[in-house]
Order: sequence, then structure tokens, then C-alpha cells
Amino acid sequence: MGRFVARRLLVAIPTLLAISFVMYAILALAPIDPLAGFAADPRVPPEVRENIRRSLGLGEAWPYRYVKWLLAAVQGNFGISFVSRSSVSDLLWQRLPTTLAVVGVAYIVGVIIALPAGILSAARRNTVTDHVISLSAYIGFSVPTFFTGVLLIIIFSIKLHWLTFLYDSRVTVHDLDSLVVQIKQSIMPIAVLGLFDAAILTRYIRASMLENLPLDYVRTAHAKGLAERLVVLRHVLRNSLIPVVTLVALGVPAVFGGAIVTEQIFHVPGIGALLITSIGNGDTPVVTAVVLIFAVLVVGFNLIADVLYAVLDPRVKYT
Amino acid sequence: MATAAKVSPASAGRSAVVLRAQRSLWQDAWHTFSRDRLAVTGLVVLAVITLGALVGPYVWSDQGKEIDFGLSLSGPSLAHPFGNDDLGRDLLARAMLGARVSLAVGVSAVVLAITLGTTIGAVAGYFGRLDNPLMRLTDLFLSLPVLPLLLVLVYLFKDTLQRTIGLELGTFIMIVSVIGFLNWMPTARLVRASFLTLKQREFVEAARSVGAPHGRIIFRHILPNSLSPVLVAATIGIGGAIITESTLSFLGLGFPPDQPTLGRILYEAVNYLDFAPHWAIVPGLAIFLIVLAINFIGDGLRDALDPRRKI
Repeated sequence: MGRFVARRLLVAIPTLLAISFVMYAILALAPIDPLAGFAADPRVPPEVRENIRRSLGLGEAWPYRYVKWLLAAVQGNFGISFVSRSSVSDLLWQRLPTTLAVVGVAYIVGVIIALPAGILSAARRNTVTDHVISLSAYIGFSVPTFFTGVLLIIIFSIKLHWLTFLYDSRVTVHDLDSLVVQIKQSIMPIAVLGLFDAAILTRYIRASMLENLPLDYVRTAHAKGLAERLVVLRHVLRNSLIPVVTLVALGVPAVFGGAIVTEQIFHVPGIGALLITSIGNGDTPVVTAVVLIFAVLVVGFNLIADVLYAVLDPRVKYT
Repeated sequence: MATAAKVSPASAGRSAVVLRAQRSLWQDAWHTFSRDRLAVTGLVVLAVITLGALVGPYVWSDQGKEIDFGLSLSGPSLAHPFGNDDLGRDLLARAMLGARVSLAVGVSAVVLAITLGTTIGAVAGYFGRLDNPLMRLTDLFLSLPVLPLLLVLVYLFKDTLQRTIGLELGTFIMIVSVIGFLNWMPTARLVRASFLTLKQREFVEAARSVGAPHGRIIFRHILPNSLSPVLVAATIGIGGAIITESTLSFLGLGFPPDQPTLGRILYEAVNYLDFAPHWAIVPGLAIFLIVLAINFIGDGLRDALDPRRKI
């Protein structure tokens, strides 16, 4: 088992290296000058501009810069933001917990909705219950996340005045009142992502259960005289959740994509919002770091899913 | 079934064979598809929207360009059934133009992704030596953070392409190729898997034994047999590509402001949600309906084209 995990880790590292290299090359070779705004200013003499370029480390050839950047990045140093002049890793550490909290809580909400919905839908297949659940799941993953967000704002903020749609990052939880405020402002961003996750998970769980239901071991369980409830929950569900783990891992990039959109709509100060602002400002060091963080998250979750799959399913050989 | 059509009427009368016209594989698939109520509904909805997007702008009196501040942000009315935006432009006309761009982007991006994916999958599955490196490449692409990368690529290359090819065409080519290049991986996996199984089958061996060259075996024998999962993936991929394009436009990194796309209209509407919610609902609902219809069609196709499900 330990060797299996180690080998997986060894595969993940070259993947991350390749991604970071390609990304750095794209950013370095792109026909966009990070100092374009400066270049348009006629008051800046060319030699000053050249000095600034050199002070930002843009004077050298890009493969050399990549190696330097990589060696620093491994130690957690992503350079200095062009715009805010603060360390990129500080910016990331401020923002990352928010994103992970929103994505994580949304995922838990998604599982809490999807598990009963998927089980019910499969156990009562082709009944009205199943049709209602399946159709809702269909609608859930056909609505783009940005439209769900807009709809929630129209309904709950503008028509009903229940919730504010601007996330206030200054709120800190220290008593009951601030906790209520925090919950109220987090409901909509989490709901947008959570409903999307729930829709996808419900479909996976239902499909996977339907594949298991006609198998021999289920018939055996029935033949032993086990109650339907026990057969479904104890036998079928356990086996059905194994492939769901892999499917969930494949969907991780989409989940983080959804996080970017949600943060943008509700002005949640996470790394997705940071990416959009930095792209707008042409802040290359921050853009590079954020894309790399997203890549680390995606590769990391894939790794976890692979290991989980091997732990859950004894038929998988540890190779 | 095949023999039933050849039996003469006299002998058919004796044996109790029910005579039925011979059906080709595609007719068979259509038969199953047309019984799927959701899939047919999806097809009708998509056909109506496509027709509206293609023909609508010529038929509808308003071109979505006339600015009339008297109508600014006004809700749905008889003259303007979907209401007006902040400049008083007709939203029905703009939504039709927007749907045209969104559909064009979706279809073109998927054609690119499918072509790439099928080529890579076929080469990997047919030529064993290239299998491992190509699948490593596929895995690498699958672990890319797609949306952040899309945003960065569009931001980096938009200006250059717009300068060299022109504002609208440049953005179109840019967005289509970026979405296409980041979405070929599932198709490649599907095609590779079916090539791996099909190339061991007897009919392929037979073709090889009579001396058919690789190209002929690939294009005439294996590829047509592995197309149905690709067709399903392509259909559903159109929906995904439309969502991706709208997301880019919604984040302000898609088409230029004077080119209405559904995502772009929604992006402009977000600041007016309190005065003019209809402005945001029209494009959002349009995207949702298109994607939902496409997903229904894709699911219907999956059932219709998979022979194992026909029992």
C-alpha cells in the first residue's frame, strides 16, 4: 500500500512539472507585455522602463527565469505581485482558505442532498419519485453556475430581501450575531456550487446503483430474506460508491471552475476572484501562481481519488 | 428481420412470420430515439431555437441595434416581447443574435475537439507503440485546470489575433480553438478503448489477411464501428462548449461588447438586476434551454445507438 501511494506521488510530480513548464512558457512567449500600461505613458523614458524590466527580473531568457521561478516556488516563494507590490504567497494564503471553505462546504451539501436522492431514485426506478429526481438532476447540471447565482440574487436579495448578495470579507465570527451574518452571506455562494455538485453526484450514484442492482450478490441477499432496505443500503450502496469516487475526481476541474464563477458573482475574496482581477491587471506573477495552485489542487484530488479507489476496492491491484 | 423481407408473400402466408420492412441501423436508431419523449422534446426545442437564431434576425423587424433611451430597461411589452436593455435595444433581437454566436461556437469547438480526439485516440489504439506516450499526454491534459487556463489563454492571445484577423473573427477563432484544444481528451479515451477491442475482432483480421492497408482498415472497418459513442460525446460536448463560452463572456473575457453573445448579454445585465431582472433572465434562460435540450438529445442518442440497451 505504501509503495502504491509513493508510486502515485512520483507520477504526480512530473505531471505538475509539465503543467508548470507549459504554463510558464505560454505566459513568457505570449505577445503581451506586463509593462504595457507603462509603455503607453510618454513620460517614462526608455532607459527607466528597461531598468524596471530588469528589476522585475524580466531581462533574462525565459527558460532561465523558469528554473529560478520553479526553485523559489518549491520553497513557497512565488515572487512579488507587479500591482500590489506584496508577496504573491501572502496573497495566496489570504485567499486560499476562503475558496477551499466554500468549495468544501458546498461539496458536503452536495453529498448530503445527492446520497438520499440517488439511492431513492435507483431503488424506486421508473416511478414518479425517480422521474422527479432524475429530471431535477438534469436541470441542475444544465443550468450554468453563473445563471443559478443570478437567479438566486434576483429571488432572495432583490425580490424577497432575505439575503445580501455582496460577500463582506471583514466579517469575523466572534459571537452569535456575527455567526448569523456569516451564514447569511455564505448561503448563496455555497448553494450555487452545492446544487451543481448535488445534481452531478445524484446522476453518478443512480447510474452506479442501477448497474449493481441486477447482479447475483443482490439476488443472494434477497434470497437470504434480507429486507429491501438492508439490501440496498448495506450491499448495493457500498459497492456502488466505489466507481463514484473516480467520477468525482474527474469532475474536480469543473468544481474549481464553478468556484471561480461563484466568487466573481458574489464577490467572495477567494483565489478565483484573485485570478480574474490579476488577469485584468496583467499581474503575471499572481496569474502564474494561481493557475499553478489550481493545477496542484486538481492533481492532488485525483491522487486522493486513486488511493481511495484502491483502498475501497480490493480487486484493484496496487501497481 | 433481414430474411423476412426477402421471403415471398406466399411462403410468408404459410409461416406465421410477421412481415416488416427492412430497417437500416440508422432507421433502427431513429425508431428508438423517436420513442424517447424527453429526447424528442429536446430536439424540438433545439430546432426552434436554432431556427430562431438563423432566420429570426431576418424576420424580426428590430435588429437589436436601434438605441432608444425612452425604452431604457423597460420590461416585456407587445412591441418588445423580451423587454429592452439599458440603451433601449430590443432583447429578443439581441438574444437571437447571441444564440447564433453561442451555437456556432459550440458546434465549431466540438468539431475541433472531436477531430483531435478521434485522431489521437485512433492512433493510440491502433499503433501500439504510440499508445503509452499519447495516453500520458491525455492524462496530462485531463489534470489541467481548464477554466483558469482558458481565461489566461484568452487574455494573452486575444489582442494579437484580433489585430491580425479582425475583431469578431479573431475572437471567434480564438475561443473556438482554445475550447477545442482543452476538450478532446474524453473522445480520445473513448476512441482508443473501442479501437483496442475492435482491432482484435475477426472482421479486422479478415481485412488484414486480404492485404488491406492500415488506412483502409482504420477508416473503412474500425472507425465506423466506433463512432456511436463519439456521436453521443459530441452532442453533449456542444452543451459543455456553449456553457464554457458563456462563462468566458460572463467573466468579461469573451467576445467584444458590440457582439452580443448570450453570456455577454448576461454579463452586461448583472449590474441592473434590481431594476431589470428580465434583462438577465432572457439570456440565462436561453442558455439553459439550449443546454438542457442538448443533454436530452444526447441521452436519447446514447440509448438509441447502444445495441445492448435494446432488449
